[in-house]
Amino acid sequence: MALVNVLETPAGGFSFENASRNAALEKIFEGRKTPTPLKTGTTIAGVVFKDGVVLGADTRATSSEVVADKMCAKIHYIAPNIYCCGAGTAADTQKTTDILSSNLAIFSLNSGRNPRMVMATNIVQDMLYRYHGNIGAHLILGGVDCTGNHLYKVGPWGSIDTTPFMAMGSGDLAAMGILEDKFKPNMEMEEAKELVRAAIDCGIMNDLGSGHNIDLCVITRQGVDYIRPFQESLYKDNRNTKYKYRRGTTAILTQEVVPLKLEVVQETVLRMDM
Amino acid sequence: MERRCLDAQNKGVSTGTTILAATFDGGVVIGSDSRASVGGEYVSSKTINKVIQVHDQIFCCMAGSLADAQAVLKAAKFHLSFHSVQMQSPPQVIAAASVLKELCYNNKDELQAGFITAGWDRRKGPQVYVVSLGGMMVRQSVTIAGSGSTYIYGYVDAKYRPNMTREECLQFATNALALAMGRDNVSGGVAHLVVITKSGVEHVVVPGDKLPKFHDQ
Repeated sequence: MALVNVLETPAGGFSFENASRNAALEKIFEGRKTPTPLKTGTTIAGVVFKDGVVLGADTRATSSEVVADKMCAKIHYIAPNIYCCGAGTAADTQKTTDILSSNLAIFSLNSGRNPRMVMATNIVQDMLYRYHGNIGAHLILGGVDCTGNHLYKVGPWGSIDTTPFMAMGSGDLAAMGILEDKFKPNMEMEEAKELVRAAIDCGIMNDLGSGHNIDLCVITRQGVDYIRPFQESLYKDNRNTKYKYRRGTTAILTQEVVPLKLEVVQETVLRMDM
Repeated sequence: MERRCLDAQNKGVSTGTTILAATFDGGVVIGSDSRASVGGEYVSSKTINKVIQVHDQIFCCMAGSLADAQAVLKAAKFHLSFHSVQMQSPPQVIAAASVLKELCYNNKDELQAGFITAGWDRRKGPQVYVVSLGGMMVRQSVTIAGSGSTYIYGYVDAKYRPNMTREECLQFATNALALAMGRDNVSGGVAHLVVITKSGVEHVVVPGDKLPKFHDQ
C-alpha cells in the first residue's frame, strides 16, 4: 500500500524495465555462467538493553568463495535515532536502506513528527512485499523513539517480527546460540555491548561467510555511538600501500633532452569582468 | 541461511500454524500458537503474534506465509477503519471477513494465506468466519485451521458443544491448541487466546510449560 506523502515508488507489481537490458547482458556471456550478485554472507545481531539498543555486524563481503571486501559497512544510517543492519545481497541492502532513509525523512517532514521505528518498519515492509522476495534484503532495524527501545527483523518477502534480541545472516545460528544463552532483560550498556560482540564473534569463528572486524552501533536517547571497528580481526596484513618511488630508484643510464620548438599562431585574450 | 530460504516452498517465513475459534454462550474465543518457521526446519520466531486486532471487537488469526498474511491484514485494518468512519458505526464481523475474502480471492494466484475472523457485533452477536486459501468464506460455530489443525479434528468434533460457558470454552480451546502443538512440529511456543464478548476483549496467554499435558512423560 503506497503511503501518501512519500516519494513516488513505482506503483503496483514488479517492474520489468530492466528485463531487456538483463537479456542483452546475458548474451555477452554467451551461455557461460553469469556473475553472481555480491552477497554479504553475514552475521548481524541486535539486542535491546535498559537504555537503548545495540546493533552489531561483521565486516566481510563475499562473492562466492572470494572475500570481496574486508571492511564492508553493514550498519546503515536510517534516521538520527534509527540504524539498520543488512544481510543478503549487498546492493539490495544498501539501496533499500538508502531509499528507506530518504522516504522516512520526507514522511517525517510532511507529518511534522520525529521518525519512529514503526514508521520505518512499515515503509520497508511495504516496499519489500511489493517485490515478492526478489529484493534480497534481510534487515535488522534498531532504534530509540518516544515509544521506547525497539528492534525489528524484516525478511525479504516482507514479514516482520519484533523480539528483544535477534540475529540474521548466514552466521545467525551461531550468534543465536550465544544470544539465547546470555541474554537478560534490562542489561546495562557495557553488558549489552559485550553480548553483541560475543554473538558476532561466534558467527565470525563458526561461519565461513562472516569474518574480519566487528562493528557496533549503540543507540540511546542521548545519541548514537557508531563504533567502527569495535573489535579488530586477529589476522592483520602489513601491506605497504605506498606505490610511489623516490627519484633515483631506477638508475638513469643515459639522458637526452630535445626541446620542442613551438610557434605562436594565434593569441586571444578574454577579459573576465569580476 | 540463504539456502534455507531458497529451499522453502512457502515464501520465506511461514506461520505453519494452529489457529482456532469457537463460539460460546455470550461470546467467542479465538486462539493460536506462536511459532514462525522457515523451510520446516528452523524456528525463526518463538513468539510471533498471529492474533491481530483489526477493530475494537474483531480479531483475526493468520495462517500460511507470514509476509502475505501481514500484508493482507494491514490492508484489511485500513479498509475496516475507513468503512467504520464512513458508516459512523463499528463494522460488523462479516464485514471484516468479507474484506479478507475479497483480498484472498482476487489475488489467489499470488497469495498463500488463510484467516479465521472472530468477533462480536450488535446485530448477530458472537460470530466466527473462516476464509481459506482460495478465498472461500464460511460462517461456522467452531473452526480450526493451519497445519496443526489436522491433528485435532477428532478432538474438536468430539468435545465441542454449542452454548458452553466462558471457562469451558477457554479450557476447550487451550486443550485443542496444546494437543496440536504437541504433535505438529511447526506449531509451538505459547498459546495466545482472546475472549471477545459484548463487554469487551480479554487476552489470555498460556506459556508453553503451563499448557495441559496429555501423556507427556
